[in-house]
Amino acid sequence: MHIVVSIKQVPDSAQIRVHPVTNTIMRQGVPTIINPYDLFALEEALRLRDAYGGEVTVLTMGPPMAEDCLRKALGYGADRAVLLTDRYFAGSDTLATSFALSQAIAKIGEMFGPPDVVFTGKQTIDGDTAQVGPGIAKRLDLFQLTYVAKIASIDLAAREITVERRCEGGTQKLKSRLPCLITMLEGTNEMRRGSIEDALCAARSRIVKWSAAEAGIEDLTKCGLRGSPTVVKRVFAPTPRSQKAVQIDTAEKTLRDLADELIGAIFTRQPALEPELAFEAA
Amino acid sequence: MQMIKEEFDAIVIGAGMSGNAAAYTMASDGLKVLQLERGEYPGSKNVQGAIMYANMLEKIVPDFRDDAPLERHLVEQRLWVMDETSHTGIHYRSDDFNEVKPNRYTIIRAQFDKWFSRRVRGAGATVLCETTVTELVRDAKGKVIGVRTDRAGGAIYADVVVLAEGVCGLLGTRGGLRKMLKPEAVALAVKEMHFLPEEVIEQRFGVKGSEGCVIEAVGTISNGMAGLGFLYTNKESISLGIGCLVSDFAAKMESPYALLDALKNHPSIRPLIAGSEVKEYAAHLIPEGGYKAIPQLFGDGWVVVGDAAQLNNAVHREGSNLAMTSGRIAAEAIIQVKRRNDPMTKRNLALYKTMLDKSFVVKDLRKYKDMPALLHTNARNFFTTYPRLMSQAAQNFMRVDGTPKIEKEKATTAAFIKARSRLGLVSDAIRLALAWR
Repeated sequence: MHIVVSIKQVPDSAQIRVHPVTNTIMRQGVPTIINPYDLFALEEALRLRDAYGGEVTVLTMGPPMAEDCLRKALGYGADRAVLLTDRYFAGSDTLATSFALSQAIAKIGEMFGPPDVVFTGKQTIDGDTAQVGPGIAKRLDLFQLTYVAKIASIDLAAREITVERRCEGGTQKLKSRLPCLITMLEGTNEMRRGSIEDALCAARSRIVKWSAAEAGIEDLTKCGLRGSPTVVKRVFAPTPRSQKAVQIDTAEKTLRDLADELIGAIFTRQPALEPELAFEAA
Repeated sequence: MQMIKEEFDAIVIGAGMSGNAAAYTMASDGLKVLQLERGEYPGSKNVQGAIMYANMLEKIVPDFRDDAPLERHLVEQRLWVMDETSHTGIHYRSDDFNEVKPNRYTIIRAQFDKWFSRRVRGAGATVLCETTVTELVRDAKGKVIGVRTDRAGGAIYADVVVLAEGVCGLLGTRGGLRKMLKPEAVALAVKEMHFLPEEVIEQRFGVKGSEGCVIEAVGTISNGMAGLGFLYTNKESISLGIGCLVSDFAAKMESPYALLDALKNHPSIRPLIAGSEVKEYAAHLIPEGGYKAIPQLFGDGWVVVGDAAQLNNAVHREGSNLAMTSGRIAAEAIIQVKRRNDPMTKRNLALYKTMLDKSFVVKDLRKYKDMPALLHTNARNFFTTYPRLMSQAAQNFMRVDGTPKIEKEKATTAAFIKARSRLGLVSDAIRLALAWR
């Protein structure tokens, strides 16, 4: 089977800071990483390939330096990497991004065989929208399975896949026809360490680099800033709240004990309340 | 057991100065080179002050000035002897250092090593990061024929393995190529990066453009141990650190960060770093054993270079240039053996040692062969007593308080004799002179 995994290179948000005066994000010197959610998608894709055979193609859109994250993905064991890079893509919002990526996936299908499954992470840690995956599915007319926690089974002969999807209040078991798009939930697997052969391949592989034209994109008005209706009006750092929630251990306690403890905790925080309430109770 | 069928001419373990120099030199000559580095990227594990000596790098990468990330070229060197409240110093500054191809630069290793590694890859070597070599693979006769790593997939084979694994040299010691590092033959240095705007650094140190200044200091800052403090100016930061022998740290139960904190608060240092933001701190070991600590440098199928070979000149505070040069010379020896189509045996690889002996690397280390022992056994005198006496003498000389000059000089002389006795002074002077010779 052919699996395409769409990943994104993002700044390591654990090491990012907001400038105290200008309120802008200080990107200088911040290392870049593969969007952590995408790693769960990539690992799941590699597991499917190992179990059922086939190939994994990783795809990203970004500046030339995004090659680093593709090489890392190859080091984990991906078979092929495609970098979509062109100045026309600069300033893309989720609409323009999903357009460009869907066009590239169509082109990948033409050149290396149509994908059975397209994977993305649940969302990115820099945009946090979770829109690009579903956007790709819609544009490519793929069935979409979002927030997938587990791939229960796959039947290549019947062209069917069964997954468990995390949703509010429980887990859904969903069956879909292939090809489909899956956005993978975090914590569902653990990224492997590539073998020495994977590492050697990654160091030497040629990464396929496509411009907009090479990816077969004709309508450039749908790309980059021009194709992006989203406008960022302001970026600001919320003022941190110093108060923390008080947690009370409920194990092995009667309701009365809990109530007493609760009231006690409130009175410690708000001593002014105590005489008032005591007075009313009396 | 699975194995990688592909075979390399050489495997270089480590992507520091010596490893990069070796890998670059061999790959440039057309050898099939694999370099393995345990860090996330080359330089991520490497710590140095750092001063880089242009001449030695020029011999390897002649056009390095075109694109290497260099911080400042040095025009001023300050050597300080410090006591608790003062420093007595020699400053040397010369406009001659403002030459077209300057002699010394400050660098930040994390960036510099990334650049060097790009050049290594550009020369045709295959570089794998996040790959730790766990074991040397030997044939039935004990010849090293490859390595095993912490990745799945078995051993990788090569005609020769260059151990550029750094000061701890765990692989070589585990493989029985040399003895474990002794605490008295290694220093622990800690440093912080203090960020300051470029113009503040220029004002404080009286430099402009890419000019830079360094301070190196001994004295009571090392709290009676054999040690050295340093302050290097980078473009927008100051590297400030101190290092002492590990055996001294252990004997004194002194903590390295306490020394560094004291140095930062010294009245001579504090104003130089005032208002800075510390964004980074690091610690690393430095080989200090000198000539007598150099281990066996070659064997059947292997050579050892750089810090792993203890090639560090403590007196002149040179390490990276000895590392680079040993890496280059080892590579050149390997290239010669390869050209003659000879096997990489101990006998043939002895060429590396012959070539290294003729270079400044071994000549310099031999010159100071007795220095480590002298400074380490007399640490208290050289690093506390004399600095205090020197400060007293200088203050006696400078302070005008109505005491007749003859009495002042007598007081100075008396202080020296009281502290060290005539015999002690003479013997320290003779031993120092002998060790220096």
